[in-house]
Amino acid sequence: MNGPEDWDRFGPQGPEEPGRPCPGRGERPRIPAPRRPAEDQGPLPDVRVPRPEPDPPAERDAPEDDTNNANSPDSPDGGAERAATQKDGTTDQDPAGTDRPEPPHAVLKSLLGAWALAACSAEETAAVEAHLTDCATCADEALRLRDAVGLLHPADSLDLDPLLRSRVLEGCLGRRPARIPVPEWAGPYDAETAKLDALLRDMGEAEWRAPVRLRWFENDRAAGRTTTVAGVIGHLMSVDGLVAGALGLTDPLGAEIPEDSPTDPTERTLAYWRTSVHEESPLATREPWREQTHALIRTVAFAGRGVAELAVPYGDFRLPLRDSMLERAFECWVHAGDIADAVDYPYEAPAADHMHGMVDLAARLLPSALAVRRRTGLATPPRRLVEAGTPGRTLHLEVEGSGGGHWYISLDSPGALGTPDHTVAHIALDSVEFCQLAAGHVSPEDAAAGQHGERDAIRDVLFATASLSRL
Amino acid sequence: MVNEAPPRWDRRMQQRLARGEAAALGELYDRFASLVHSLAQRVLEDEGAADRITREVFGYIWENPDAYDPKQGSLRSWVATLTHRQAVHRLRQTEAASALDCGADAPEPAEIEQKINAASTAARADYIVTSMPAPLRAALELAYFQRRDYRQTAADLGVTEDEARRRLRLGLQLLATAHNHQAGPPTPGRPGALPPPPPPPTGSGYGRAL
Repeated sequence: MNGPEDWDRFGPQGPEEPGRPCPGRGERPRIPAPRRPAEDQGPLPDVRVPRPEPDPPAERDAPEDDTNNANSPDSPDGGAERAATQKDGTTDQDPAGTDRPEPPHAVLKSLLGAWALAACSAEETAAVEAHLTDCATCADEALRLRDAVGLLHPADSLDLDPLLRSRVLEGCLGRRPARIPVPEWAGPYDAETAKLDALLRDMGEAEWRAPVRLRWFENDRAAGRTTTVAGVIGHLMSVDGLVAGALGLTDPLGAEIPEDSPTDPTERTLAYWRTSVHEESPLATREPWREQTHALIRTVAFAGRGVAELAVPYGDFRLPLRDSMLERAFECWVHAGDIADAVDYPYEAPAADHMHGMVDLAARLLPSALAVRRRTGLATPPRRLVEAGTPGRTLHLEVEGSGGGHWYISLDSPGALGTPDHTVAHIALDSVEFCQLAAGHVSPEDAAAGQHGERDAIRDVLFATASLSRL
Repeated sequence: MVNEAPPRWDRRMQQRLARGEAAALGELYDRFASLVHSLAQRVLEDEGAADRITREVFGYIWENPDAYDPKQGSLRSWVATLTHRQAVHRLRQTEAASALDCGADAPEPAEIEQKINAASTAARADYIVTSMPAPLRAALELAYFQRRDYRQTAADLGVTEDEARRRLRLGLQLLATAHNHQAGPPTPGRPGALPPPPPPPTGSGYGRAL
């Protein structure tokens, strides 16, 4: 059984630049050693001097083109090629002897890879095959390379089941408990960012530039803006930066932080988009976004219990860190869904317990959202004043499906208690539908919700849910 | 792309795993899960079995981060080696069990061995392809999967025809080394092909440590 060192020969190494000169004289350990002393000139018995990159001068190609364009291996240019070969010091081993005009051994040998892949011209194929009957060295290599072609295999496009991650991690932690665990409230963010990162993994440059329509609700109307996949990642990173800032990490916006509204999510996103980083090198947005997500998880894991209540500013409101991480997980899922739609790819909803947390957060935010709307005249005024901490008129929010449950929303004021006894209205809808509504992807009028009870109360809550969304 | 990690990252990851940082385990998974799963899948051709190998390999690393020796190579190659051994070991078990079930109709041991070697070589080849320098991989991709000849490959890559031939040949030479290894004979007395963790958690070796 081989040890790791055998594998490591192909391990990560500095990627070879395209057009780099031929590797010379054993400076690249990953290149298989020549099998015959006669080939000691190096793994690539190509006769040419290393070329400057990236575009070699045209005249350097000339001799080769002559050879390639020759109608038969008997081309007189073969002689010129051979002369060049010998001048370069490569031993020409043409076993047929120099008086038989055909492309020299070195040229034929350099064709072996293309030959094995059936990627050379008919003339070249014939010349290589004629040569193989004479040259044991090349015949041996040709066989090896042909066999190697059989090992090429289309890359598996099989996606990993996103749930496998949590199963694997749980299994590990069951075997050896973590000394520094990730707080439970950061779990949804951990899972959703990993899921989005897996979606991004195989995207090519064109997909990173694919247009993505972002949608939300503003002033009770659907609003939207088109960006690209890279623009969405930049948006997520810019707003995640609020959490990073609260934790004392570096703000990803750097010098671009909007001066008058440094913590306004929308302003931050617009500031990021103005840098055009996502347009110039879209793929370059992935790494900083991902690094920040990992840094956030790492940091909250080390920060201890108290950090859960740390206030994270969002422009005109704040959320405790534990809710903020949930909100960021929700945004990550919603925008990953936008990206998946844009590139026509399926995308899964969060795990049931994570989904439950997200619905719960929205439900907890609803009484304040209703109060804001009442102040601006968008929601019906309270029927009566309720003392803080006492039961008031209540809407029963029943969320069905994965992560669902029952919530009792206080309608009169954020200070009042919502209770089953004071229910005046009842809404029932699916958890994904509720989240789509809260994300501003579904309008309150169109939300597929079963309704029963006071119409105004129902309308107020549905609109307040949609008003939780923003860019 | 995702393949390259500086040695510093490897050592740091090992330290973080050793001190029991759950966040590090998540990052480890994010970097290597697709490698582990696809290698296991190539050997075993069964998604459920590949899931299980994935759980076992990450479980082993999490429990034994010190088993990795940065001097021996990259963390990635170590992870690949663990996966490969465990998957081949599992395939051998599965084949042996099904041979028992088949009774007189069971394939010859040599035939089974051949199948195991082929699966092992296929996984190694996959690893070589994903780990070879990107320019070589790109050339093979064009010539083999897109059926471009080497002149078209050269044009597509913006390199000379010489260079295209060189990359194709070199890429195949690397790939051919997948044949140089045998899957290895069964190791009696040690059910798990992985090195048993020190100390062995259940005394039965890695394969049954779950």
